[in-house]
Amino acid sequence: MTDRIKDLFDAYAAGRVSRRDLMRGAARLGVTAATANLLLGSSFVEAMAADYDWQAQKGTAIKLLLNKHPYADAMIADLDNFKKMTGIEVSYDVFPEDVYFDKVTAALSSKSDQYDAFMTGAYMTWTYGPAGWVVDLNEYIKDPKKTNPNFAWDDVMPGLRASTAWNGVPGGELGSADAKQWCIPWGYEQNNLTYNRKMFEKAKVSAPKNLGELKETAAKLTKDLGGPYGIGVRGSRSWATIHPGFLSGYANFGEKDFTVNGGKLKAAMNTTGSKAFHQQWVDMIRESGPKNWSTYTWYQVGTDLGAGASAMIYDADILGYFENGGDNKEKGNLGYAAFAANPAAKAPTPNVWIWSLAMSSFSKKKDAAWKFMQWATSVEHDMFGARKMDFVNPVRASVWKDGEFRDRIAKSYPGYLDQYEASAPGAKIYFTAQPLFFDVTTQWAETLQKMVAKEVQVSEGLDQLAASIDKHLREAGLG
Amino acid sequence: MTSQPIDEPVRVVDRRPVEWLPYLLSLPALLVCIGILIPFVTALYYSALRFRLNLPALKGFIWFGNYTNLLYDSEFWNTVSISLRYTAITVGVELVFGLIIALLLQRQTRINNLISVLLLLPLMTAPAIASLMWKLMTNPNFGVLSYLVSLAGISDFRWASSPSTALFTVVLVDVWVYTPFMMVLLLAGLRSLPQQPFEAAALDGVPRLFVFFRITLPMLSPYIITASLFRLLDAIQQFDIIYAMTQGGPGNTLLVFQVRAYLEFYQYTNVGKSAALLVVLWLITYILSHFFIKNWLRLRERSHASA
Repeated sequence: MTDRIKDLFDAYAAGRVSRRDLMRGAARLGVTAATANLLLGSSFVEAMAADYDWQAQKGTAIKLLLNKHPYADAMIADLDNFKKMTGIEVSYDVFPEDVYFDKVTAALSSKSDQYDAFMTGAYMTWTYGPAGWVVDLNEYIKDPKKTNPNFAWDDVMPGLRASTAWNGVPGGELGSADAKQWCIPWGYEQNNLTYNRKMFEKAKVSAPKNLGELKETAAKLTKDLGGPYGIGVRGSRSWATIHPGFLSGYANFGEKDFTVNGGKLKAAMNTTGSKAFHQQWVDMIRESGPKNWSTYTWYQVGTDLGAGASAMIYDADILGYFENGGDNKEKGNLGYAAFAANPAAKAPTPNVWIWSLAMSSFSKKKDAAWKFMQWATSVEHDMFGARKMDFVNPVRASVWKDGEFRDRIAKSYPGYLDQYEASAPGAKIYFTAQPLFFDVTTQWAETLQKMVAKEVQVSEGLDQLAASIDKHLREAGLG
Repeated sequence: MTSQPIDEPVRVVDRRPVEWLPYLLSLPALLVCIGILIPFVTALYYSALRFRLNLPALKGFIWFGNYTNLLYDSEFWNTVSISLRYTAITVGVELVFGLIIALLLQRQTRINNLISVLLLLPLMTAPAIASLMWKLMTNPNFGVLSYLVSLAGISDFRWASSPSTALFTVVLVDVWVYTPFMMVLLLAGLRSLPQQPFEAAALDGVPRLFVFFRITLPMLSPYIITASLFRLLDAIQQFDIIYAMTQGGPGNTLLVFQVRAYLEFYQYTNVGKSAALLVVLWLITYILSHFFIKNWLRLRERSHASA
């Protein structure tokens, strides 16, 4: 490799040369696409290593606990660069989501030092944080001796930084001044519509704009398509049923899970507005949802869309993204739309899920683990994942501005960037942060299942749910 | 010279080590007992605490508080009810099917032996894998069972996703997995029964049904009780099939003890409540087992007396 080629790639990694100039220059110097990728990775590594001693923990070995996910795949594909840069050995265990969080709970509750860092969501840290299982990462972020000056923490979108920080007070505002940073955002998802454009054309319908239209459109699709059902949403007896489309729509109507008064929580699921929203949601599932809705997790919702068994989903935008690629039958047929459930709302309010990285309190190699976490959430790795892998949605503002990433999405995923941008300003966690999150959301999902199965009327079911949650809160000293 | 008898010195034997020997020999058994008891006593200890991992400030003894809370909780009684119903139905159906198959395969022929080996296949499948397999087979979009049911004119059968059919579906999976277990034990029992009473009945021309109810069943009852007891202990603690297929739903339809205790610990991190649920499960299992073992002993004594 000549110095001229190396200088060109280093200049690009340092942001001194545009992508267009890089490509033009590389072509002039006779660099192939494969070599260009290698050189780019190596230049990013050198750029990262410029002002920080990445080799301080050389010879250390750390172990990660990972969920089977494209974000983890992107990280693993780039892991050799981290090993080369730091001299830190990395091993990992990967588990499917069905069992992943139980594995994390088992490892942390037993105070095992087996894993140094692991993937988590913000909701989980509401358990792990107060239990003392994860490290407050402010200790690292705010320490210039431990953190790379180029880490650019402020580049991580403010709403995501806030959503992963909590002061541990039930009902306490996320991202408050006294909040602890329990994890570092890595990639996230907003909840919007992904629809099958061919099926929509066939049924002569357009993307619905609010919950009423969604219900009607889904019913028409179910009736007219003669096979696929209209709307895919999750329904398993789990917190995962409540947090995607359901809570995004619920929040759009201004409805809340709790009211907080003088540090005490009170269930707010049985207001008139909440009952009206639930009734529409339940009717929509009964009329046009999957037949075995009560067993539906993220996997089933996505698989049905990709296989052409459903016409539309109201779920994670990245789920819709993945189903438009790979070996899916409906690859290339999917479109995306931002969604505000409330016709009176000005903009969508997607509740977000944030795949994040957390550090185990029981790790004996915390400094090495922090080096890994910085690298995995760095601008450079985010950029690599966004451009070369399926690392949507990146958490860094600078990556969203990258032309190569945007061009790639715009070309193959029509409407994706538009739905993203229309929703991002209103995207955050709409749950009240409190330690009974999983009890509450599982009970909520159970009640939804009973309503859909006509075991209980919506109004009566929500009154019972609120009473039961208030009882639990009192028992735990929170209500 | 006359020899003078010399008194031999009395040998004093130290018997202390011999007295300790039985204790020494039983030490391994004692250690095993302690090993078994440690988790049990730990569960009892935790069940006496208010203890949520994510609310450490609340931790403290509430003695029987977790148990009394359960007694006043309608969800708990639903759990007791569904656990007992699930156990009774699965054990009952598996016993009847296992007995029928065992009777059909009673004669030791080459084909019967081959069939009995083939029938053991479900037992060699992990229940969680079996559940996933059945979940696919009952999928309304492409499941083979859904297709077969639709051929019979039932278009909207929802298997594990409807409260009215969820119990039936998980029982079906349990029966598929564990009927071979019953079959094997009962077949072994049938083949080991003495032949004289059957020969005498045949000579006297006794009707087959009479032979079955008056000779076969009474002689087979120790085997029936043993097989039922083993299955009962398993069924009342069922987790894999129910959790993999429904997570305890729809609603709270299948929220059996193990699923509920698992959720309480792993998702809600409520250690105290989870432990209390498991102690209650142990108590119910103990009472049911006691009933079965008592009957088994009574039958054994009766057979010894008649021998």
